[in-house]
Amino acid sequence: MHEMSLAEGIRGIVEDQARQRGFGRVTRMRVEIGRFAGVQKEALAFAFDVVMRGSPAEGAALEMIDLPGRALCFDCAHEVEIADRLDPCPDCGGGKLLPQGGDEMRIKDMEVI
Amino acid sequence: MCTVCGCGGASFEGHRHVPEKKLPFGHVDAQGHDHHHHNHQHGAHGDIHFGQGPAGTEVPGMSQARLIEIETSILSKNDGYAAENRQVLEAIGAFAVNLVSSPGSGKTTLLCATIAALKGTPLAVIEGDQQTSNDADRIRATGARAIQVNTGKGCHLDAHMVGHAMDHLHPALHSLLFIENVGNLVCPAAFDLGEDAKVAILSVTEGEDKPLKYPDMFTAARLAILNKVDLAPHCDADLDAYEANLRRVNPKIEILRLSAKTGEGMAAWTEWLKAGLQAKSRREAAE
Repeated sequence: MHEMSLAEGIRGIVEDQARQRGFGRVTRMRVEIGRFAGVQKEALAFAFDVVMRGSPAEGAALEMIDLPGRALCFDCAHEVEIADRLDPCPDCGGGKLLPQGGDEMRIKDMEVI
Repeated sequence: MCTVCGCGGASFEGHRHVPEKKLPFGHVDAQGHDHHHHNHQHGAHGDIHFGQGPAGTEVPGMSQARLIEIETSILSKNDGYAAENRQVLEAIGAFAVNLVSSPGSGKTTLLCATIAALKGTPLAVIEGDQQTSNDADRIRATGARAIQVNTGKGCHLDAHMVGHAMDHLHPALHSLLFIENVGNLVCPAAFDLGEDAKVAILSVTEGEDKPLKYPDMFTAARLAILNKVDLAPHCDADLDAYEANLRRVNPKIEILRLSAKTGEGMAAWTEWLKAGLQAKSRREAAE
């Protein structure tokens, strides 16, 4: 979707952190992406390489960690884990599920020098 | 997100941090906030044009390798601006709706009809598009106050752009604020603008399975408007199937069937808006 904007968000955080914590370069970064975040990982990896140029994170290795998608089933009222946004409830087979998590997009940590 | 208007990381330092005590609109700028970076241009009627690239900064100096915990949402800056917008709107008891849809669903036509139907209710409009001020011109032709935000290459409005537009528009006390997002069913779902509700507009020519194809937007919306229902008989649209698919992706969604052209369903929509505005004004008065 808007992987370029997300990469710009990452760059903003990197620059803020570099100022606050006084580091010069990021060598590795781990980001957590929820199943329902709508992020295409290949597109984010591409945008990351492009947008980080000239920033402390230029050339940094980007590692993406998948977070599971959870949803509340309106038929059996169970909170369940589903792999795909439109999957039926694994407990009762119901089709009305409201996501309860899995839209995370956050920087977990980074290795800096 | 400031990276969109090109003001770069350093500009955030002078940014507004709304104090604990809420201030009415117009007093906020007196808090030392400088939202006016002027990396954008102002067109006719004060329209704002974004579209500059990010500003880079180099941080020299080396230290030994270490792992630092960040645990920060990638959209945390946007969310911070959205919280500020929400606080300003709360302080003036204004009810803001973020209108989202595909291009061509009839957002602007619906908005013009809504403005005509709401004569006497104070309101203002923020129009988002990649280019042109056509939509803001259409809104201004109705006599309503409107400002166009051009996102340049951007595919969505973000909370920083909306905060800036609000600084220019100065929404009135107890007014309605309509934010017409860029026509796009994907990206605007993730960007909180500080609005009270997202309203998704879906026209009956788009296909019954659209909510299944773009579930994120319909999950994020509180209300879905099935627009152009006057065309339903001409394109074999199954309105019940539209509703079933909307409820499948969002069991809590409210749905209104409407035609901005014939006026069908307009009364229910304006009642929905007025109820939202009343609830918000009461909340503001109670504080």
